[in-house]
Amino acid sequence: MTEMIATRQAYGDALVELGEKNKDIVVLDADLSKSTTTAKFGKKFPDRFFNMGVAEANMMNTAAGLATCGKIAFVSSFSIFATGRAWEQIRNTVCYSGLNVKIVATHSGVSVGPDGASHQCIEDISLMKTIPTMTVIEPCDAVETRKVIFAVAAYKGPVYVRLGRAAVPVITKKEEPYTIGKASILRTGKDLAIVACGALVANSLTAAGILAKDGIEATVVNTHTIKPIDRETLVNVARQVNAVVTAEQHVLDGGLGSAVASVLAQAHPVPIEMIGIDNRFGQSGEPDILFKEYHLLAEDIVLAARRVLERKKK
Amino acid sequence: MGNLQNLDIKSLEDRSKVIRRHVIRMLVKAGSGHPGSSLSTVDLLVALFYSKLRHNPRQPAWPDRDRFIMSKGHACPALYAALAETGYFGIDKLDTLRQFGSMLQGHPCMKTTPGIEISGGSLGQGLSVGLGISLAAKLDNKDYRTYVMLGDGEIEEGQVWEAAMAASHYNADNLCAIIDQNGLQIDGFIHEVMSSHPIPDKWRGFGWHVIETNGHDFPAILAAYNEAEAVKGRPTVIVAKTVKGKGVSFMENQVDWHGKAPTKEEAERALAELK
Ligand SMILES: Cc1ncc(C[n+]2csc(CCOP(=O)(O)OP(=O)(O)O)c2C)c(N)n1
Ligand SMILES: [Mg+2]
Repeated sequence: MTEMIATRQAYGDALVELGEKNKDIVVLDADLSKSTTTAKFGKKFPDRFFNMGVAEANMMNTAAGLATCGKIAFVSSFSIFATGRAWEQIRNTVCYSGLNVKIVATHSGVSVGPDGASHQCIEDISLMKTIPTMTVIEPCDAVETRKVIFAVAAYKGPVYVRLGRAAVPVITKKEEPYTIGKASILRTGKDLAIVACGALVANSLTAAGILAKDGIEATVVNTHTIKPIDRETLVNVARQVNAVVTAEQHVLDGGLGSAVASVLAQAHPVPIEMIGIDNRFGQSGEPDILFKEYHLLAEDIVLAARRVLERKKK
Repeated sequence: MGNLQNLDIKSLEDRSKVIRRHVIRMLVKAGSGHPGSSLSTVDLLVALFYSKLRHNPRQPAWPDRDRFIMSKGHACPALYAALAETGYFGIDKLDTLRQFGSMLQGHPCMKTTPGIEISGGSLGQGLSVGLGISLAAKLDNKDYRTYVMLGDGEIEEGQVWEAAMAASHYNADNLCAIIDQNGLQIDGFIHEVMSSHPIPDKWRGFGWHVIETNGHDFPAILAAYNEAEAVKGRPTVIVAKTVKGKGVSFMENQVDWHGKAPTKEEAERALAELK
């Protein structure tokens, strides 16, 4: 059985490890430190942990101030409140000033479940990647999350890291290297490529397995860094397979799919089918039911693969 | 149309028990939700829905109705129960809370639930909406009133204070904020996480009429609602001291009962206490 761990769990543990190594790490949260798991850091390093209360905009600029004094500020809340409530603070103070603030937000996507649409952030990739100079990362599992947190702490500049509430299968390995901006190819095939991020990477691998039984060979690309997107890998893969499916737990507007389409339309146009949420809000329900409702399952990726292969033939 | 009923104190207390029992049953069925946050609001809601609001549950969109906004939207199970009990929709619907396809979403949704005045769940936004409704009432020469319930953690949001400033600037005396001061937020006691004290002085400083009351004492609550209605020229805030988890001994004042559903066994114990 594949191990199931939420990416947010790995976040809290990584922060504690980092905090031991680097005294400049400070962490801010907005009354959600148990859910985001930053409470682990707060318990270990109470002097470097600031619970800012239910006040995300103030938290964001307090982090900015800390960053101007050489601190590496990790800021956490749920994705919708971190990127939505504090968007303009992120844009005008954090990014415009080029500050070393790491926004690590949990509870992205419909996998939040019963809390419903208000808490299911499906716009954050778009909101963050539209800001000049911002880096946007969505790790696919807990093992990758740990590496991402270490990598963004070492990187200078603003970063958004998108994490989830629900447990997801561990599909990457500890010993594999991680580089911001370098997509990883998890499986290679000649017929099409499935390009995914976050929880949809595991579903893409499952989809590739189903397709293989029908003799269809799919490459699977984990595009953990959505911005800056790995143009080189995407164009190389597209040249080899000439058909692409993108998959993300996010609205189609301005997410991974549109980033991939933008690169390929300019460098090597190929047919693309996109898996994502089409102009709808989320709703209450268990994550698996919502994945079915919003067509985010491996079966949906398989159908998209068949559609893109039809188009490739023409 | 007018108040639904004018219940005596004993009947109001009985109504509260019914609502609290619903909350427990709904949450155990849903398997998630916010018991502590819901239970602290119940007496304030019951007094409002049974003795103060001019509303007509058979006609939720009646233009002259008083409005109620649950700005601390995570307490919606208590509101849903009050709406069902006063006749906005069938009591059987309460069983569907938080399930896929339910009219009762995890946080208030005005498109699916009759009686919900604005969709919510993101803290800090309701008072501004209430102000907008109050301004519309004045523009239209209507005498309906708007009530907004806020959490004591929620008022840490800067937007609440923007609304407070604007409401007093516009003399919104048809607007009444109710603060459910249960002393807790998610990460702990308010005074430990991010102190919002002293709450009454802050609102006074923003030009509001302030009433401090016990949020579980019906005569005091009703007196506060009446006083608020009588004040002219400025908005009123009722700072109601409450107990998070009120009515269920093992949930009272416990930070852990903010946002987790009781088990079947815990629910039975809770229901036994709410007989
Ligand atoms: C803008 C925003 N930030 C964070 C949250 C998550 N959240 C839900 S309830 C809560 C604590 C609220 O405390 P309080 O207002 O005192 O309500 P109580 O449950 O005590 O009644 C938080 C931080 C949210 N819903 N909205
Ligand atoms: Mg509170």
